[in-house]
Amino acid sequence: MSKLQVSLYRYNPETDSAPYMQEFEVDTQGRDLMVLNLLELIKQDDTTVAYRRSCREGVCGSDGMNMNGTNGLACITPLSQVVKNNKLVLRPLPGLPVVRDLVVDMSLFYQQYERIQPYLKNDSPVPAIERLQSPEDRDKLDGLYECILCACCSTACPSFWWNPDKFVGPAGLLKSYRFLADSRDTATNERLSDLEDPFSVFRCRGIMNCVAVCPKGLNPTRAIGKIREMLLANAT
Amino acid sequence: MVTNITSFSRSGLSDWIIQRASAVVMAVYTVFLVGYVLFHPQLDYATWSGLFQQTWMRIFSVLAFVSLAAHAWVGLWTVTTDYIKPTCIRVATQSVIILAIFVFLVWGIQVLWGA
Repeated sequence: MSKLQVSLYRYNPETDSAPYMQEFEVDTQGRDLMVLNLLELIKQDDTTVAYRRSCREGVCGSDGMNMNGTNGLACITPLSQVVKNNKLVLRPLPGLPVVRDLVVDMSLFYQQYERIQPYLKNDSPVPAIERLQSPEDRDKLDGLYECILCACCSTACPSFWWNPDKFVGPAGLLKSYRFLADSRDTATNERLSDLEDPFSVFRCRGIMNCVAVCPKGLNPTRAIGKIREMLLANAT
Repeated sequence: MVTNITSFSRSGLSDWIIQRASAVVMAVYTVFLVGYVLFHPQLDYATWSGLFQQTWMRIFSVLAFVSLAAHAWVGLWTVTTDYIKPTCIRVATQSVIILAIFVFLVWGIQVLWGA
């Protein structure tokens, strides 16, 4: 069996004047490895290759990258799912500044996450026990709390590419709705008033790239629609 | 909070609802006009002119023009803020767009009442 042709984005700002693609031939011995395993094989030959990784099982969200044009987590993406014509092109997540090779600067992504105040706000006195919630209210958080902040969705979103400083992005908005939908959160109106400008929520054009790439199978577009409904209900 | 003085309504929520409502108006107007042409295979100038003499048709048409103007403003404002990053070029482009929309709107109303 022929070796897998891998084209890898390389950039070291300290030594390279511009990014370039480096070609590798990797012998997978016919196994359907995960893309992260493939990167580890490459790193055995070239120790200068840089990428983030941690848990290697799709929980930490460290190794989000662009594989043959589609964002995803390298650790849970089998080669059979992304390789076309025995070729694989690996690039960093699009739209964010590159620190080195596949490592991107996530500052803008985290700034938008911080902006939506991703924590429970409740101005009533703290009870002696936990703040209780009915099973029905708890069900409303399913599909929202599971986000691991890998940034695959936001960096697949053209609206986030063009306005990462103003548009919250699918990941931030999914998390924003997680707190808007929480029966224990009392800052709903305050949260909504921070979102009604033309950029924060409404720069979403509903193209659903976020839904297509989310490694956890979440649906930020639906959450954004719910935020719009809440804004509308609040303002009419 | 991001504010924007050149957007149509200054509010993302208003812009969004205006864009959707205006899209519905334009869709209904288009379906009506296409339907009218289809149901009048022998359409002549007198029939067409008679249609636009009707007050309800003029109101309907002005509504469609205003919808088109608002829709275009919201949509093109979005496009310019996405793709044109230098402020002076963006503001100049937006000014030209807004001026053109205004001219076309007044011109359209003049055509409606001038025939």
